[in-house]
Amino acid sequence: MKALRILSRSIRDSFKSVFRNFSLSIASILCTTITLILVAVAIFLSYNVHEVTTTLEHELTIVVYYKQDVTDEQKIELENALKTMDNVDSYETKSKDEWKAEMQKESDTLKTTLDYLEENPLLDSVIVTVKNVSDLSETANRIREFDFVSSAEYGEGMVENVIGIFDAISWGTFGMVIALVLVTAFLISNTIKLTIFSRKTEIEIMRLVGASNSAIKLPFIFEGFILGVFGSIIPILISIYGYVLLYNKTGGYVFTKIITLVEPFPFVIILALILLLIGSLVGMFGSWRAVRKYLKI
Amino acid sequence: MKLIKVEHAYKIYKNGTTAIADLSVTIDKGEFVFVIGSTGSGKSTFIKMLYREEKPTRGKVIVGGIDVAKLRNSKVYKLRRKLGVVFQDFKLLPKLNVYENVAFALETLGLPNNEIRPKVLRAIEAVGLKEKTRNLPSELSGGEQQRVAIARALANDPKLLICDEPTGNLDPDTSKEIMKILDSINRTMGTTIIMATHDKDLVNRMKKRVLVIEDGVLASDVKKGSYKVHESVKDSK
Repeated sequence: MKALRILSRSIRDSFKSVFRNFSLSIASILCTTITLILVAVAIFLSYNVHEVTTTLEHELTIVVYYKQDVTDEQKIELENALKTMDNVDSYETKSKDEWKAEMQKESDTLKTTLDYLEENPLLDSVIVTVKNVSDLSETANRIREFDFVSSAEYGEGMVENVIGIFDAISWGTFGMVIALVLVTAFLISNTIKLTIFSRKTEIEIMRLVGASNSAIKLPFIFEGFILGVFGSIIPILISIYGYVLLYNKTGGYVFTKIITLVEPFPFVIILALILLLIGSLVGMFGSWRAVRKYLKI
Repeated sequence: MKLIKVEHAYKIYKNGTTAIADLSVTIDKGEFVFVIGSTGSGKSTFIKMLYREEKPTRGKVIVGGIDVAKLRNSKVYKLRRKLGVVFQDFKLLPKLNVYENVAFALETLGLPNNEIRPKVLRAIEAVGLKEKTRNLPSELSGGEQQRVAIARALANDPKLLICDEPTGNLDPDTSKEIMKILDSINRTMGTTIIMATHDKDLVNRMKKRVLVIEDGVLASDVKKGSYKVHESVKDSK
């Protein structure tokens, strides 16, 4: 009961202090707000980039063409080899006749040309889906080792570039988030430092009458927590409404149909919880730092 | 019964200054003791050691059964709950009224409201400020503000009241008033009072035990003493 009373008193004092040092509190809250908005953008970017990469991973395939003179035994040999490869998720065979039929369906010019030719000039093929897109080139190289394989292609270069760019974006945003979090923690720490100085007499009296160290420190930790939570309200609202609006306006696609946005729910709810957690933790970390440094008991 | 027992206590500051040297003294429960000495004599250090604002470098300082020298920083509050401290500069919170200032101490300790109210009212009544419970410190005279500080120190029924020059900022008449209150607290509640002071008249008039500290040592300890003891100690040097 006693601990509960001290706790509720600490919370009450923290709220009082937030309003007592109103201008300072507003500065910290605004800083937290700006940081968390950027954090939200960073999370939004990296999560969506991750999703696009994952989608690419599922959609990227290696198209393997056999040589004209391939035998049925050789085809079976490759299929057996594909089954043993770790990075191969699945494969689908597509004969030259199937290619021909498909092409003839797609264009009249192609149809006329192919009809004119006596023999089918196309090649039998296998379409291989991989598990991990970053090992795509290695898998393709292994397939190319077979003599009866004419080619194994997957849009080399482009894929690596796209993945490289996405990776750079992810790391860049991650670095930015860390830097911003540190700046915010420092600012909150500064606010709490000034609170500690402004409540010097109060702290002195508390010490003299026998308040325990935790009872003296708790209000300041709570104050940091409150600043962090207040600072996360606007970013949370922006994230929820902003993302849903963006999703609805764009129909879930950005620039091209390849880059799709993640479904708003439950993504925005998770994002909101992450922002609230980061805000409160950063607030508490900032105040803990100030308490440790400036509150000598 | 001994409330305070100081045995061969030393306080040597980091810069090498010896504030207290081989000081031994005992104080019984219910006593009223003046601690006098010139500025820089070690009188304040001695007082500060009693409520563990300063830690003795060597020796024993036992207050209410607690060895101050062995007390860890995180446990100091246990000692402070047993005593009350009053200062020259009152240390009141300007935005809280008389009642709130006294209640603040008890709220900090986590006491329930139904216990806080009677304790606060009793303490305010003991210092004669019943009519001014809703006044802010800025609306009170210096003497009244000191009375609020005394009420706050008394609110938790301490066994020991430490007063560090409580009349230092007050005029002679107000000082007399404060002394009357302290004397009454000592007589009626049985609270042990230790008071550091420079006020010659007060010490001479009260006829209480007087400890004289000079150059960090206990120069004299006289029952029903006066400031004359202090002066004779100084003259003999």
